Amino acid sequence: MNIRANSNIINGLSDIGVMTRRNMLRYIRLPQLLVFNALLNVVLLLLFNYVFGGAIRTGGIAYIQYFLPGFMVQTVVFGSTQTSVGLAEDLSKGMIDRFRSLPMFRPAFLTGRVVADTVRYAILIVLMIIVGSIMGFRFENGILPVVAGVALIILFGISLTWVGVFIGISVKDVETAQVAGFVWVFPLVFASSLYVPIETMPSWLQVFAQINPVTPMVDTMRALSLGGNVSASLWKTLTWDGAIILAFLTMALRRYKLIGQ
Amino acid sequence: MENSSETGQNSVVCTDASINIEGINKRFGKVQALDNVKLVVDPGTVFALLGPNGSGKTTLVRILTTLLRADTGTAHIAGYDVVREAQLVRSVIGLAGQYPAVEEILTGKENLEMIGQLYHLGKPKAKARAQELLEQFDLSDAANRKVKTYSGGMRRRLDLAATLVASPSILFLDEPTTGLDPRSRLGLWEVIASQAKYCKTVFLTTQYLEEADRLANKIAIIDKGRILRQGTNQELKDCCGGDTLVRVKIADRGEITRANNALKELGGDKLHSYPDTGEITLPSDGGTALLPEVVRRLDAEKIMIAELALKPPTLDDVFLSITGHTAEETPDLKQDTSVTKRGIR
Repeated sequence: MNIRANSNIINGLSDIGVMTRRNMLRYIRLPQLLVFNALLNVVLLLLFNYVFGGAIRTGGIAYIQYFLPGFMVQTVVFGSTQTSVGLAEDLSKGMIDRFRSLPMFRPAFLTGRVVADTVRYAILIVLMIIVGSIMGFRFENGILPVVAGVALIILFGISLTWVGVFIGISVKDVETAQVAGFVWVFPLVFASSLYVPIETMPSWLQVFAQINPVTPMVDTMRALSLGGNVSASLWKTLTWDGAIILAFLTMALRRYKLIGQ
Repeated sequence: MENSSETGQNSVVCTDASINIEGINKRFGKVQALDNVKLVVDPGTVFALLGPNGSGKTTLVRILTTLLRADTGTAHIAGYDVVREAQLVRSVIGLAGQYPAVEEILTGKENLEMIGQLYHLGKPKAKARAQELLEQFDLSDAANRKVKTYSGGMRRRLDLAATLVASPSILFLDEPTTGLDPRSRLGLWEVIASQAKYCKTVFLTTQYLEEADRLANKIAIIDKGRILRQGTNQELKDCCGGDTLVRVKIADRGEITRANNALKELGGDKLHSYPDTGEITLPSDGGTALLPEVVRRLDAEKIMIAELALKPPTLDDVFLSITGHTAEETPDLKQDTSVTKRGIR
């Protein structure tokens, strides 16, 4: 058995594959996790649309048309907090020590998690599109822009998942991970163009909402599904994706190395 | 149950499967978890680090298995530096942590295959190795059951099997039998003892004195981060009063001080009393001559004897003679648990 510690590309990819499979199996064998996650999103979609929808002016278009592109983004933003919870759980069970003591590609443990979560986002987004369509949502811009938009949301989800990863391996326990997730997720989701047009907010909040990475992502998806100018918000959102991944991937890998110090 | 090529490799690796620890220090906040620890473990031997809860055992294991960095000092595993050559260290060691690290939602077989793949054995080899280990650890019948249906003892065996997937030359077992019932413990002891036959170096920690006595060739005693003494079982026993001890247990624990005074002359500074259990031990000088004398003296004081025996000293006696308290006691529980918790995280 010639086992050499090496981190060549094939072994690295194999490790990521093994770790992805491990996390996917969790979703398959504990389906209630994914089922309740989906259910929660459906309930929120129904509630927000029918409770608030009538009260929010969206420039003549039906609220569901305005809201669903944003809600798809919200799905991945909320979804990334689950990443924190899952990782905090791994840490509390000592599984992480086993992986850290193996001669495997070090980033694979975290990356496998992110890949599995990406699949989860895709499932949830498709489900939101189906439920939204039943509620009257129509893509007015054709199917290709929608596919592109969903891909962009998933990329956005990946970048936020790295934030979730960093939090998950930095906090002390599962409960903290849960609360810590909400702290950063709520301002991002609500102080953006996701639920309401930014112009209706007080001016100081508009400043935040303009900077908020959720806003260009939502604007891009909205333009892609309803028609309109895409390029300005598209560049903003891609820049955000790159910046968030770079920053939090680096921080998460550093933190992973130092677990327990 | 290794095949011949593996055995061949193991015997080669065996020659340098040593552990060298030089002046390791580790501090968590105000607590000195490890204080200038120096140890040498010879290849192919079973070494036990014995100490109470929070004495620094887990912290040391975590440093040796590259999970944690020491503040100062160096350690070499099979000649590799645990910091500078961490990935090489990881390729020659197997670690079984304090709690079984197995995936509940996976089956036993899937668990072992996953570890095999992460060691880059390749899928077919990982499968074959998993099969082999499941048989060796008497888990074949449960191979396709999810681990969450396993008993504590089965989890431990699976956890140990997982550490052996890549046939590492050095095994680290952190309190391998903690929380097991006596029968499972015996079973696990047999498995651990058999590993030394494959020329593996085993570094195990325990707070069970009997366990260290039973499994290890050499024992080091650690308390509050410091190695207090090390040697063979025999050397450690000799230091507390020879090969056999007179052990007397009095009926009423409240009379322990009086009993202690009555027997003081016989045992001198090698006499130890355990107020918790009402026991007193003293060196027997190799014969039974002391027994009637013990009875006479206690009788004269009208102290009732519950048990009286001539027994080889246990490591508990050794621990008491060195530290002044038994290994089961945790002198400063609050401080110690905080160390342990931080050690795990």
